[in-house]
Amino acid sequence: MGPVNTPRHNGWVRATHWLTVVGFFALLVSGLEILVSHPRFYWGEAGNVLTKPLFIIPIPASRDTVPTGYNFVLPDQNGWSRYLHFEAAWALVLTGLFYVIAGLVSNHFRENLWPSGLSWQAVTSVIRKHLGRETLTGSASYNVLQRLTYFAVVFLVIPLTIWTGLAMSPAIASVFPEAVIVLGGQQSARTLHFFLTIFLVAFVILHVAMVYIAGFRKTILAMIKGDIK
Amino acid sequence: MNTGRRKLITTGLAAAAGATGLGAAVKLAGKYDLLAPDSSGIYGPGEALTYATQRLLTRHSMAREFRRDQISKVPFVNGPLPKDPALQAAQAEGFANWKIEVKGLVTHPMTLSLADLKRYPSASQITHLACEEGWSYIAEWTGVPLHHILNAAGVRSQAKYIAYHSIQKDWWDTIDMEDALHPQTILSYGLNGGDLPVGNGGPLRLRLPRQLGYKSVKYITGITAIDDVNKYTKSLVPAPPESGYAWYAGI
Repeated sequence: MGPVNTPRHNGWVRATHWLTVVGFFALLVSGLEILVSHPRFYWGEAGNVLTKPLFIIPIPASRDTVPTGYNFVLPDQNGWSRYLHFEAAWALVLTGLFYVIAGLVSNHFRENLWPSGLSWQAVTSVIRKHLGRETLTGSASYNVLQRLTYFAVVFLVIPLTIWTGLAMSPAIASVFPEAVIVLGGQQSARTLHFFLTIFLVAFVILHVAMVYIAGFRKTILAMIKGDIK
Repeated sequence: MNTGRRKLITTGLAAAAGATGLGAAVKLAGKYDLLAPDSSGIYGPGEALTYATQRLLTRHSMAREFRRDQISKVPFVNGPLPKDPALQAAQAEGFANWKIEVKGLVTHPMTLSLADLKRYPSASQITHLACEEGWSYIAEWTGVPLHHILNAAGVRSQAKYIAYHSIQKDWWDTIDMEDALHPQTILSYGLNGGDLPVGNGGPLRLRLPRQLGYKSVKYITGITAIDDVNKYTKSLVPAPPESGYAWYAGI
């Protein structure tokens, strides 16, 4: 543990963390609500109930035009869901911009996220320690596997989620058609957006699980107040 | 001065600068017609950002057009025909007396039949019709670009939006002049080489391929040039009424 007045997390890291929590939850709920209106996924440019799906999510739909096999139709909530989805997306993008600029300026990424010393040996060593139930908690710094995951989420998965989301927009597609074509089409973008969301949800579950393992009270307080005490 | 106090002052200054910047941005957006009519309320900020950004980006953009072999085998019909008496009556006479009224802030209000419309230069586009629900299809749409009709009617300079009405009771929508004058915004009467089927919006549908399907209102009987969406409509987007969908559907 560092000196008393050295915070575990900087103020701006804590602020952007909790803004991201709120924004991600809003995106997840509204995204699920939009998904319910057509729980079928396709590959390519176009897809509808007359075309072959890539896969179907076996849930009731909020539209009676979708054959789900269920005898009831959920209420249409897409009006506010779409409003909330894009507002939360804006809030997250602006938060993310601030986070990336602050992270670069303050060396936060290099010191805390950049997986320095990355090698197979380093990764397998962490995994071996985990499997051997050797304790990894209490460390003030993240191990190479944690750094690699955080780094990939921040600089790969979240940008890809934004990209695939925007690729569904007919207006954005009119300006950047290649951004849709390289993904395989508008419906492919929608399908990829769904898979990226599943990945992010899995990440959040794992992240919260690790918070529990590392000591819920201590880690949550560190992310709220800054210091571990 | 202790750090707590300095932090407080810095935060205060930053907040004041932010608020001033936001105020200036709103004023500027209003001046350049970048303020969406539904920029108020809890979802106002998101809507304002989306509309202003996409308007700036799409100034000269064209909706994606596809190859003939990419046309969907069946142009999906979204559900059974509406049980609207006026539509059923028009369909019973084979849409022979279909009329479209052009009015509002125009110098020459006019009423046009389908035959009148077909005398204007036509345009065809193979575009994507994407519904906000998630499904889509690609089809070739043929019709008269809306700007031909608006030019013939002489839209006055006060007009900032075009309202378009369906024969269905209480169903209409509005678009800004940029979309109204866009070359791909057409009053469509043909689909994939034939007449536009009634299930896809025939005899006349407004096609707006840079926005999602709900802005492409079916069964058009009226075009009105207006200056203010909020004064004109009680609920902003009555498609379907009271559903509370965003006015701008570029995303």
